[in-house]
Amino acid sequence: MLRILNRIRHAGLVTEAPPPVDDGELQRVGTEVKRVLEARYGGSLAIREVDAGSCNGCELEIHALNNPYYDVERFGVHFVASPRHADALLVTGPVSRHMEAALRRTWEATPDPKIVIAAGQCACDGGEFGTSYASCGAVANVLPVDVSIPGCPPAPIELLRGLRAVLQG
Amino acid sequence: MSRFDWLSEYLARLQDEHVLVRRGSATRLAPAHALEIDAEDWGRAGQEAAAFGCRWAGLWADQHGDLFSVFCLLEYGGDYLILCTDTAVATPLLPSHTPYYPAADRLERHLQDMFGIAFGDHPDTRRWTRHQAWPEGRYPLRDDFPVTGDAPRETPPDEEYPFPRAQGAGVYEIPVGPVHAGIIEPGHFRFQAVGEEVLKLEERLGYVHKGIEKIAVGRDPRALARLAGRVSGDSTVAHAWAACQAMERAAGIEPPPRAQALRALLAERERVANHMGDIGAICNDVGFAFALYQFSRLRELWQRRSSELFGHRFMMDVVIPGGVTADLPREAAARLREDHRALRAELRALYDILEDHPSLEDRLLTSGRLTQDTARRLGCLGYVGKASGQGFDVRQASPYPPYDRLPVAVPVFEEGDVAARMRVRMEEILAALDFLDRLLETLPGGDIGCDMPAPEAGAEGIGFVEGWRGEIVTYVRFAGAGQVARFFPRDPSWFNWPALERIVLGNIVPDFPVCNKSVNGSYSGHDL
Repeated sequence: MLRILNRIRHAGLVTEAPPPVDDGELQRVGTEVKRVLEARYGGSLAIREVDAGSCNGCELEIHALNNPYYDVERFGVHFVASPRHADALLVTGPVSRHMEAALRRTWEATPDPKIVIAAGQCACDGGEFGTSYASCGAVANVLPVDVSIPGCPPAPIELLRGLRAVLQG
Repeated sequence: MSRFDWLSEYLARLQDEHVLVRRGSATRLAPAHALEIDAEDWGRAGQEAAAFGCRWAGLWADQHGDLFSVFCLLEYGGDYLILCTDTAVATPLLPSHTPYYPAADRLERHLQDMFGIAFGDHPDTRRWTRHQAWPEGRYPLRDDFPVTGDAPRETPPDEEYPFPRAQGAGVYEIPVGPVHAGIIEPGHFRFQAVGEEVLKLEERLGYVHKGIEKIAVGRDPRALARLAGRVSGDSTVAHAWAACQAMERAAGIEPPPRAQALRALLAERERVANHMGDIGAICNDVGFAFALYQFSRLRELWQRRSSELFGHRFMMDVVIPGGVTADLPREAAARLREDHRALRAELRALYDILEDHPSLEDRLLTSGRLTQDTARRLGCLGYVGKASGQGFDVRQASPYPPYDRLPVAVPVFEEGDVAARMRVRMEEILAALDFLDRLLETLPGGDIGCDMPAPEAGAEGIGFVEGWRGEIVTYVRFAGAGQVARFFPRDPSWFNWPALERIVLGNIVPDFPVCNKSVNGSYSGHDL
């Protein structure tokens, strides 16, 4: 136990420290997100992430939002297990036709009012996969989308900027 | 031992079984050896290969007019052998290899769904890759199937898939997915349980089928490398490398030594990043969040360095046909060596804690055991195979540059439990750091790429790369004008997913997440 505590002490508080990400920006964007959430959303935003056909690249970066450097929970953003608990759906990937029904059902299970965010190039416009016998392409071809975050994959700071855009919009 | 010194013995056994080898070629799909046989002998050749002890490592098909060419990849002692045969598009039928190789099950069903090739005496003829996006009797990888599909409309859910039912007092079913509770890829798991104990697990994948094999057709080499880099985003370097290797062999070129070395640098960085992420996630799945935060911290730093040096946190699109896009600045080598030194010190402290923490031991040791025999029969790869005595690693068994001059240590364990699969990752990180240091010391000078001439019509090539999940195999054939006619990337997940169904048996349902994470199969790389 002492060793674990020592390790934690040794690692210290890494949140928002090292380069090359502009940490001033992380702090600024995060604070704006937090301010809007407090003013308009009762202080928190619950997100249900749905991989609708992604290559898993976007998922890795969404995961990174929860690592100690970004730690988005401190800005009031957290990820939930059920769409029924969610204020927003964060959808990645071109929507594969095999996920189309599951995505619609997830959207139906999310209480109104709800926000749909298309995260990543594929979710924005079909990306490398486009539209085909197996892919519906962009998320907007299946669901009404409120905001799109391009990038292949979008870096964590870009995801956070996208969240700010949807909240301020 | 010299290469292929076993082949004459296998050929003699085929002769004993009256299997006629029409032609053998050591060059057509080099470094693999190709054997052309008759369709009717397909099953016997597989049976003999199984008796001989070959590993079954892949299956794909390709349409040439009114014939399907079918390829089966086998491996023995680090040598690759490819059985080739033809079957008529009008009546496509082949004997199944599944009775001799359980590993063949899902890839044969993939061919059944995508080409309409029937495998006689296959024990399970249910569809696999097909859900409801295209109708029964239509086959997307046939030439007459348009890439846009027949009639794009709203795709209904796949509710009629015939899962076997378990019956009996106290047996209940838990359907999970395709949308899972975490931030992970979609797939369906059907559990049958009594109390907390798992009696049976059946996986249903194919949800992220994006038509990768079909949309590859017509691309130029650069565009194919980009697509290959998105077969499985966490393996972007390894898949792009395997595709480029295949295309370069088709074109008859070899990238300059510095390009090969830089590709290995990228691939080992990818391995270290993913293994660190997995170790943290495995520990987190048994409630040890400390490790998740420590390892995700180290991973973030690692990825920031990748972004700084190569312009992308996952190093996507850096591997291109003929070489790489980004050179390593002279001063960066020293910085990387310093990174490695610092990371080793961090890992030493963390490994000490992981190895000596009773509550972790309690959950990881003996959980989710995969016996060596099952791992061998399923052809398990990467950390799943290596934790169960299957030490195959392309970098060691069939080394490609620069691993031919810089050997890498391959950890192998026998316990086959979650702890062993985590232990392989821990050791592989250290081995990768040692390799990277040696690579930086001996980094060749010169160009980081060469021109890629357009391969002629019919040119084919095959790539073999050890990704962080294990062996990746990629087949490419070109049509005229440097356009891709066929692309098949075989992710190691094809052979590790079936292992998960065996691994969870007898474990409790709450241990499924950690068993699953210890395998960490790629959905996208498998569903294609």
